[in-house]
Amino acid sequence: MTERVGVYVCHCGSNIAGTVDVVDVANWAAEKLGRQGVIIAREYKFMCSSLGQELIEKDIKELGLTRVVVAACSPHLHEKTFRTAAKNAGLNPYLVELASIREQVSWVHSDKAVATAKAKAVVSGAVSRVIENRPLEEIKVPINPNTLVVGGGIAGIQSALEIANAGFHVYLVEREPSIGGHMAQFDKTFPTLDCSACILTPRMVEAGTHPNITLLTWSEVTNVAGYVGNFHVTIKKKARFINEELCTGCGICQEKCPKKVIDDVYEAGLGYRKAVYTPFAQAVPNFPVMDKENCTYFIKGTCKACEKFCPTGAIDFNQQDEMLHIDVGNIVLATGYDLFDARRVSNYGYGRLPNVFTSLEFERLSNAAGPTAGNIVLRDGKTVPKNVGIIHCVGSRDKNFNNYCSVICCMQGLKFAHLVHERTGATVYNFYIDMRTAYKAYDEFYQRVLEEGTLFVRGKVAEVTDAARNEREKGRLIIQVEDTLAGKQRRIPVDMVILSSGLQPRADAKEVGKLFGISCSMDGWFTEKHPKLDPVATMTEGIYIVGCAQGPKDIPSSVAQGAAASARVLDKILQKEVALEPIKASVDSALCSGCRICNGLCPFNAITFIEDDKVTEINPALCQGCGTCVAACPAGAISGTGFSNEQIIAQIDGLMMKNLEPVEA
Amino acid sequence: MTDQFEPTIIGFTCNWCSYRASDLAGTARMKYAPNVRLIRLMCSGRLDPTFVLRALSDGADGVMITGCHPGECHYIEQNYKALRRYLLLKRVLAGMGIEPERVKLVWASAAEGAKFAAETTAFVEEVRKLGPLSWGKDESQDKHSSFIIQPSSEKEVPA
Repeated sequence: MTERVGVYVCHCGSNIAGTVDVVDVANWAAEKLGRQGVIIAREYKFMCSSLGQELIEKDIKELGLTRVVVAACSPHLHEKTFRTAAKNAGLNPYLVELASIREQVSWVHSDKAVATAKAKAVVSGAVSRVIENRPLEEIKVPINPNTLVVGGGIAGIQSALEIANAGFHVYLVEREPSIGGHMAQFDKTFPTLDCSACILTPRMVEAGTHPNITLLTWSEVTNVAGYVGNFHVTIKKKARFINEELCTGCGICQEKCPKKVIDDVYEAGLGYRKAVYTPFAQAVPNFPVMDKENCTYFIKGTCKACEKFCPTGAIDFNQQDEMLHIDVGNIVLATGYDLFDARRVSNYGYGRLPNVFTSLEFERLSNAAGPTAGNIVLRDGKTVPKNVGIIHCVGSRDKNFNNYCSVICCMQGLKFAHLVHERTGATVYNFYIDMRTAYKAYDEFYQRVLEEGTLFVRGKVAEVTDAARNEREKGRLIIQVEDTLAGKQRRIPVDMVILSSGLQPRADAKEVGKLFGISCSMDGWFTEKHPKLDPVATMTEGIYIVGCAQGPKDIPSSVAQGAAASARVLDKILQKEVALEPIKASVDSALCSGCRICNGLCPFNAITFIEDDKVTEINPALCQGCGTCVAACPAGAISGTGFSNEQIIAQIDGLMMKNLEPVEA
Repeated sequence: MTDQFEPTIIGFTCNWCSYRASDLAGTARMKYAPNVRLIRLMCSGRLDPTFVLRALSDGADGVMITGCHPGECHYIEQNYKALRRYLLLKRVLAGMGIEPERVKLVWASAAEGAKFAAETTAFVEEVRKLGPLSWGKDESQDKHSSFIIQPSSEKEVPA
């Protein structure tokens, strides 16, 4: 059967018509592509307007069109519009093809003759291709109403609470013993100077006690299978050596444990914890965790002090890691960030010069619940600094380390300046490249810190050294910097240096991305679906990214993203089923030789080899439609809907004008 | 317009990155050479090397393949497969007597409209320097006919 093709050329006002002779293109298509089945070619001012769509719908009904080509803008903009129009007129939406003559022609070329010729070629390619299009149906899959949230920082907590409050079940997985994330380590939050714990812990408790939230701390996701609506997730619940049923969280085991360990996670290496511990007093859940590496019983086979004193008999040295299998419909990743390792900037001396502190160390130092009870002192534990230097952009905006801006460090540096000034009265210097205080009430905070008398030096610090050149510098840290506003080199002696370290992706972000089937940017942050219009979704349906896992951001933005992702999840849950693009690969088992070349190509594990039949099979639910296996099959046994060999070859021929009316010899 | 050779180039783009880069180049009104005609694939991994040969035999003078940057593939790692095929394809082309430079692989993310435009223009200039391919056209006009080994009998015509 010959197809009846309609071609519709859009003026897009003057956007297309200004550079492309649209009337010529339409006339040419009607005349030269008749052999291809073009029975009508029209041009119209705005094809996407309701009148334009009606034009197409009318022709489908009255002229019996079986294929439609709209020469207009990019399919990413209006493909859906014209597919819907076709559907309304009773034509399968996948029999519509867009020829992008705006983004690919009129907007990027200036010569009208050349642009018109290219537009004709693009239309010709689309006509040839659309003939080979086949009707497709969207694939509908039911949605499991349960949700998995990975990461119990503020972004993950917010996300879990929003979904749970809407009445749906959430599994909140956290690999540390308690939820809370980095925010639980902070003392104050900028710019309001709210006490971090005061605003965070109620949320933590709410998440911990919510009837719709299953809290799985000290746990990690080890495997993810399935697809949107139907994920099968395996979670490793690491042995706590505490029976959670019996433990009351009284804390006697921690009190009695004789083994002190430097806490380099929660206390950033500044304080101690026991071998059996909860990371902090307000931990949720309040069950301790036994640190097997450091526990005397596990090392020497004797001690068991905790067991002796536990009033409920909750200590269980024989506990094993447990594998949990859960089914969820959507997954929110809130895996957070790692602090940039300041040791890498060796000229700043962190790790070598004792009184150089990282931002996280200072957070613990200034925290009333921290190792110094909130007293800002030098590494000796008693001397109050008289001069403090705060260095911005450590590891950020630096080609040697991370090129990007870590967003929070300017405000963090200002917050530190305020806290030092308030608690010690010391002279504070801030060394910055540019002061970035965007967002609500941030710049006002900067003004406030300026008014408090903090000194600002614009310039990237070259070095922090203890090599004194004179009496004044002796025994102190000297900050060598080019003051770019004064235009001179300065040496500023201080007692304490705080490095406002940047944020960087989790060390295992790549592996985690792979586990969940999403990608990372060049910098290593998880890639969102659209940087502006879809910042929490990913290219993998049903997987969302929130908080710093997506890129450096502050607490308000993390919370907003957590909530935003929940709205998307709830949207999916309430639809009860999801429509998947029917772009899938399938194997013709009669043609498959069983060579297994395709078997290793699929990153989504959609391809399996059937031993009994010696042929390969593709699971359409797992297939994401990339087409790599289609291109690889030496027998041509794999075909891909939406992007079949026939469609692509036809489009090549069409673009090369191999489909025109035969030239009279 | 001068009489310089205007090559025709077929470009294969990934739906997620480089096709969007071309959209972005359009939105930002970045001008580039009009010689490239694009085909959208879901992934550079979809590119069957025979598509390239088809385009060349249809009369294209060059083929541009574009995909996501390494590590940024929407389908995790399929652009690496495109890279492998591309490298092999270049060797095959050389074996066929076609300049492997007629095929070029470009990484361009959805944010790199400027790069897409610049790479396109640069590639058009490269192919322009190589001249027409004229593959699959009349043999007598084919500059590559010199690659065909003439039977020795024709060289030494017996007296």
